[in-house]
Amino acid sequence: MKRTIFNNQLLPWLLLAPQLAITFIFFIWPAAQAVWQSFLREDAFGIKTTFVGMENYWRLLDSPEYMNSLQVTAVFAVSVTLLSMGFSLLLAVAVDRMIKSSQIYTTLLVWPYAVAPAVAGILWWFIFNPTIGILPYVLDQFRYDWNHISDKGDAMLLVVIASAWKQISYNFLFFVAGLQSIPSSLREAAAIDGAGPVKRFFTITLPLLSPTTFFLMVVNIVYAMFDTFAVIDSTTEGGPAQATNIMVYKVYFDGFVGQNLGSSGAQSVILMLIVIALTVIQFRYVEKKVEY
Amino acid sequence: MKLILTGTAMAVAMSVTAANAQTEVQWWHAMGGELGAKLEEIVQGFNDSQSDYKVVPSYKGTYPETMTAAIAAFRASEQPAIVQVFEVGTGTMMAAEGAIVPVHQLMEDQGAAFDPQAFLPQVVGYYTDTDGNMLSMPFNSSTPILYYNKSVFEEAGLDPETPPKTWAEMEEFSKQIMESGAASCGFTTGWISWIQTENFSAWHNQPIGTMENGFGGLDARLSVNGPVQVKHWENLKKWADEGIFKYGGPVGGDNAPPMFYSQECAMIMNSSASRAGVLANATDFEVGFGMLPYYDDVEGAPQNSIIGGATLWVLSGRPDEEYAGAAKFFEYLSSPEVQADWASFSGYLPITQAAADQMSDFFTENPGADTGLNQITLNEPTENSKGLRFGNYVQIRGIIDEEFEQLMSGSKDAQGALDSVVERGNALIEEFQAQNQ
Repeated sequence: MKRTIFNNQLLPWLLLAPQLAITFIFFIWPAAQAVWQSFLREDAFGIKTTFVGMENYWRLLDSPEYMNSLQVTAVFAVSVTLLSMGFSLLLAVAVDRMIKSSQIYTTLLVWPYAVAPAVAGILWWFIFNPTIGILPYVLDQFRYDWNHISDKGDAMLLVVIASAWKQISYNFLFFVAGLQSIPSSLREAAAIDGAGPVKRFFTITLPLLSPTTFFLMVVNIVYAMFDTFAVIDSTTEGGPAQATNIMVYKVYFDGFVGQNLGSSGAQSVILMLIVIALTVIQFRYVEKKVEY
Repeated sequence: MKLILTGTAMAVAMSVTAANAQTEVQWWHAMGGELGAKLEEIVQGFNDSQSDYKVVPSYKGTYPETMTAAIAAFRASEQPAIVQVFEVGTGTMMAAEGAIVPVHQLMEDQGAAFDPQAFLPQVVGYYTDTDGNMLSMPFNSSTPILYYNKSVFEEAGLDPETPPKTWAEMEEFSKQIMESGAASCGFTTGWISWIQTENFSAWHNQPIGTMENGFGGLDARLSVNGPVQVKHWENLKKWADEGIFKYGGPVGGDNAPPMFYSQECAMIMNSSASRAGVLANATDFEVGFGMLPYYDDVEGAPQNSIIGGATLWVLSGRPDEEYAGAAKFFEYLSSPEVQADWASFSGYLPITQAAADQMSDFFTENPGADTGLNQITLNEPTENSKGLRFGNYVQIRGIIDEEFEQLMSGSKDAQGALDSVVERGNALIEEFQAQNQ
C-alpha cells in the first residue's frame, strides 16, 4: 500500500483546519460554555452572576423530578429502540423474501423517514386525541378509555409509538441492505441440512446481521435520547405530571422556558456524560460480541 | 411601462429618504394570525400619524418564545426597545433592574402625556410596584369567563338566558344536562393554573401567596393550599370521576375548546379573548356568556377576577431618540379610540376607563361582550385579588398543571397535590430570590 508522506509540518494541520474549526465552534465551545454555566447562578438577563460551584448539581441530584426524568428517559429509550428495531427487522425479513415487488415495498416503507419530527408529532396528536382522534374512538368500541392527557401510561405509549414509527424506515433500510449481503448459499445449505426457517433465522441470519444490529442500536439510542424532542414537544410536552419528560426535554424546558440557565447547564453536562458513558460501554463490551 | 417604472423608482427613493429621517423603534410581539394583522394595522396608524418615528413590529412566536428571544437579545446587546411579555413573566421582568425602563419613568423623562389614574386599577394593578408606579404598558389584558351552549341548555329544559352563578348550580345544571342527554359532559376549562387556581382564589378573595401575593417583595412565598382551594380541587376531582367535568390538558388546555365546539361539554371557562374564536367555531349552536361561578358559602365571593394576557416592557440600552418614539407610541396606544378598536376586535379588555366608555355602543350591540369587564370591575381589588407576582412563575404554572394531573390520575388527593404545589413552587421562588438579591 502506498503511503502519502507529508514533508511539510504545516500542511496536514492546514488541511484539517476547516474541520477542526467547525468542531471547535459548533461542539467544543458550546459544550465548554455549558460546563461553565453549570457552575453559575444567574438571573435571566445575566445582570447578576454568582459562582456557586457544584450547587446546581447537588440540587439536581436532590430533586425527585430529576430522578423521575432519568427513569423516564431509560424506559423511553429502551422501548423506542426495541420497538423500532424489532418491527423494522420483521418488515425487512418480509421484504427480503419477496422477489418481485420488494422495490415497491422498500420505497413505501422508507416514506415516513421523510416526515419532519414535528409533523409526525402533530400527526400522532391528531390520531390519538381523546376528543377528536380516530384511535380513541376505535378503542372506545373495545371499552378501552384512551386518554393520554391524564393517563401516564397512555402518554408514554403514545410518545414511544410516535418516536419508534419515525425511526422504522431508517432501520428498515439498513436491515434490508444487511440481509441482502448475507450469501443465500449459507441459508440454502442449512435448508438442505434440514434446518427450518425459524432455526435458519436465529442461527444464520441474525448472527450475520450483528454488525448492522449493533450499529443501529447505537444510532437508535442516540435518536431516542436526543432527536425525539420535537415529537414530545408536539404531543405531550413532557406530561402528564412529568410522565414523558425525558432529559433532553427537561433541559429545554428548564433553560429555555424557565430561564434557569445554571440548572439547565448542569443537566446538559450530566446528559453529555451519560451519552459518553453509554458509547464507551457499547464500543468496549457490546462490540466484542459483534462478528464482522 | 416606462412611466410605471419611473413612478416605482421615485416611490422607492422617497421611502428611502423618509426612512432615513425617521427613528425606527423595534417592537417584538407574540400576536400571530388575525390578532397580529390587527396589531400591524394599529402600528400603521401610528406611523402614518407622524413622520418622526417608525414603529417596526416583529412577530417572535409564542409568549415564552418572545420573552426568551428578548432576553437572549439583551444578553447580546441587540435588544428591541419594546417587547410584549405575558403576565406570568412580570416577576422576572420586574426583578431585572437595569434591564428595563419602567413605563412611568419613560413617560416622565420624555415629557409625554400620562395619567396613571386614567387606567383601570384592576388592569394596571398587576403591573404596578408597591409605590404605585406603573412598570409596563398594558396592551392586551384578558380575564376568564364562562361560555355556555344555549341550545343544549334549552334542550335540557334549562333557561338558556341564565348561566349558572354558583358552583352548586354548575353541578346541578350539569347533572340535568347529562341526564336529559343534551350533552355528555357538563363543563371543561382551559388554563387550570390561571382559571381554576389563580382566578379562583382572587374571585373568592383567598390569597395564593404571602405578602400581597408576592407584590410585597422577593421574600413572599406561595400559600395556595388553603381550605377553599383544596375544597375546589377536591370537587373538580369528584366531578371528573362523575363525568361532569372533563380535563382539557395542561397550560392553555388545547383539548378543552374542541370539547365545547363539538357540543360534548355544555360549558367552558376560558379567556375573554377567545370570544371571537368561540363564536367562529360555534356554528351549530348559540353561545351565552356568564361570569365565573363561585361558592356562595365563602365570605367575600364573588370578589373580582384577575387578568392575563400581556403588557409592553421597555428595555434599556437603546439610543435616546428611540425612547422618545416609544413614549409617543404609548400615548397613541392608550388613546381611547385605539384601545376601544383593539378591544372590540379581539375580546381583550379596554385598559382605560375612557376606552371602556367608548365601547358602550359595541357592548349594547354584542350582548355578553362586556362580561369580562364587568367581572374584573365587580369590586375594588383587594390584596388577594389584584394579581400575583412571583419569580420563576412560568415554571410554577407548569407545577400547578402537573400536580393537578396527579390529582386527576388519583395518585394524590387535593390537599396533597396543593401542598406539593406550595413546596415545589417555593423552592423555585427561593432560587429566584437567591438569583436576584
